[in-house]
Amino acid sequence: MLQEVFAFLYQFGDAFAFLVLSAAGLAIIFGMMGIINLAHGEFIMCGAYVTVIMARLGLPLPLAILCGALAAGLAGILVERLIIHRLYHRPLDSIVATWGISLIVTQTVLILLGSTMPGIGTPLDSFSIGAFSYSEYRLVLMAVAVLLLIALYLLFNVTRFGLLARATIQKPQMAQALGVRTSRVYSLTFGLGAALAGLAGGLYAPTMTLVPTMGVTFIVESFVTVVVGGADVFLGTAPAAAVLALIKAVMTGWQGQLFGQIGLLVTVIIVIRILPRGISGWFLKERT
Amino acid sequence: MDGMIETPQTHSGDPRPRAARLAPLPGLLGRLNGPQTLGRGRVFWSGFALVLALAVAYPLFVDGWTVGNTAYFFTWTFMAMGLCLIWGYGGSLSFGQTAFFGLSGYSYGVLAINLGSAYGLTFAALAIAVSASLLLAAVLGYFLFYGRISGVFLGIVTLSVTLVFETFMAQTAGPEWAIGAARLNGYNGMTGMPPLTLPLPGGDLALFPDIPLYYLLLAAMVLCYLSLRVLVNSRFGNVLVAIRENPQRAEMLGYDIRRYQLGTFVIGSGLAGLSGVFYTAWGQYITPSSMGLTAAALPIVWVAVGGRRDLTATLLGTLVVLFGFQNLTVYGSQYALVVMGLLLLLTVLLAPEGFIPGLVRVFAKLTRTGRGAPGEPEKDRESQA
Repeated sequence: MLQEVFAFLYQFGDAFAFLVLSAAGLAIIFGMMGIINLAHGEFIMCGAYVTVIMARLGLPLPLAILCGALAAGLAGILVERLIIHRLYHRPLDSIVATWGISLIVTQTVLILLGSTMPGIGTPLDSFSIGAFSYSEYRLVLMAVAVLLLIALYLLFNVTRFGLLARATIQKPQMAQALGVRTSRVYSLTFGLGAALAGLAGGLYAPTMTLVPTMGVTFIVESFVTVVVGGADVFLGTAPAAAVLALIKAVMTGWQGQLFGQIGLLVTVIIVIRILPRGISGWFLKERT
Repeated sequence: MDGMIETPQTHSGDPRPRAARLAPLPGLLGRLNGPQTLGRGRVFWSGFALVLALAVAYPLFVDGWTVGNTAYFFTWTFMAMGLCLIWGYGGSLSFGQTAFFGLSGYSYGVLAINLGSAYGLTFAALAIAVSASLLLAAVLGYFLFYGRISGVFLGIVTLSVTLVFETFMAQTAGPEWAIGAARLNGYNGMTGMPPLTLPLPGGDLALFPDIPLYYLLLAAMVLCYLSLRVLVNSRFGNVLVAIRENPQRAEMLGYDIRRYQLGTFVIGSGLAGLSGVFYTAWGQYITPSSMGLTAAALPIVWVAVGGRRDLTATLLGTLVVLFGFQNLTVYGSQYALVVMGLLLLLTVLLAPEGFIPGLVRVFAKLTRTGRGAPGEPEKDRESQA
């Protein structure tokens, strides 16, 4: 009995970590600017590729992952400066533009680096409880997901950047009038979102095969989490990830991976029928 | 129309110069011209007749393979026109039209394999397969539009639907995944369904990619184009554009916008399904990747590049982009997709309403006749109210 409980908790934690890590970057960009970044999967891929290349050059894995996140973040700032910042008054067009970017990047990587890249093995060991064996690395990922949420909370609520960022979200004109460089805040936020995507890619790179289209593995889950969560990372993404992870763990345990995904999709369609602005929209409505 | 307060609308006609007016056509045909479509008057319709005549004569001048290939381009135009209606006229971002394409394509395959091609049963399969898309669009659209979700989320959910469909079909490789005699075959896709077959007195005529299929698709495409022209220039189309421009205002004026959005979504998705059926019947195969991320991006490219706010621009743009895409794939399809991505990006940055209305505007400036693209510049709904 205890074994089954632990197995379920492990499944749940694993799904929760995956949802939080893959959705955090998307949620920050959406929450700050109302833009859904359809090239999110490509930033994840960028992080994964850089991580693997760095690890092969002999860097220890944590450093390699940081390099991956940094590379994706810089790419994000570049994309924002070149393209996105021209489209802030046309949010729907910016989605289409990021889709164009996604197509270009996926295909360019395919042309330059080929259809697959040898990965690196999963680090750490596995341990077994009863009949099941578990990966220690996955437990690390769960811890990282929780730490990431805490770090983001501190970033937005304690630091000066967080203060300026929140001011820029709520009243951009006023923030600008008070001397905040809103365009720089937007760039940094987009970079932060992209870096978090790269972080997700780097963290999961050892556990999956590297192909140019690997972003697709992440985007359904991250989209669904953001849609259910709404525009706020803490009141939205985190609880949404918890609810969805529960559903996913149950469905996956019952029928396998695919049904986990189908379960998520059905959930999201039902949730937006009831809560059109997501969980955070509902929380914030209670407040105001 | 219960519980809706409506004031009779007086359309004083379109503000076009008297010389450009056609003799008023009776009833629905009069709606072929109107405020929501580019192109009117003698010049446009003469051009239309000329192009149509050329298209009809086309098989006389080229070999069978080219005719079949052109028919292949036609199969995609229905999905593009449907997306033009949903996105260009209705302002709803649907990124998952390929879900309906795939659903209807696979349904046609399963039905055609099981029913066989005698007695015109393939056309029954076509009708049922398109109905499947209509039904799915109605259910999904109900949840989305009656949930009043904002534009951004609509795109994400529809895209997720098509991606999950792809994942689902890709794992149907095992022998247990069969419906009747039809094996789904997982990632390799389904093959072996009969093409559309006409039961003629002299024996059945199977429509392989050749001249008869070309004419069937050409007729369907022209009919679809003209019907949609009538639709968008009718009262329904005017309300749809009003919703696109400002949903709150349309609602305050007493229209149930959800109903209009849902109706549009169902029609457009039915057309995407029709594309799926024609595509499957054209090549006798369909694969899960026809619902993947890349496949889902392509209709967006066709519609955006030509001009999503006008049917004619969408249709021409789609055919041009398809033709270009195919010629590029000679150098490798990966490069072609990079070009598609660039096209999409450039369209958004340089000509948000599409390149064809842009050209029309330049031309109109030069000749000082006609007017710009229909509709005012878009005021996008903010995703955060």
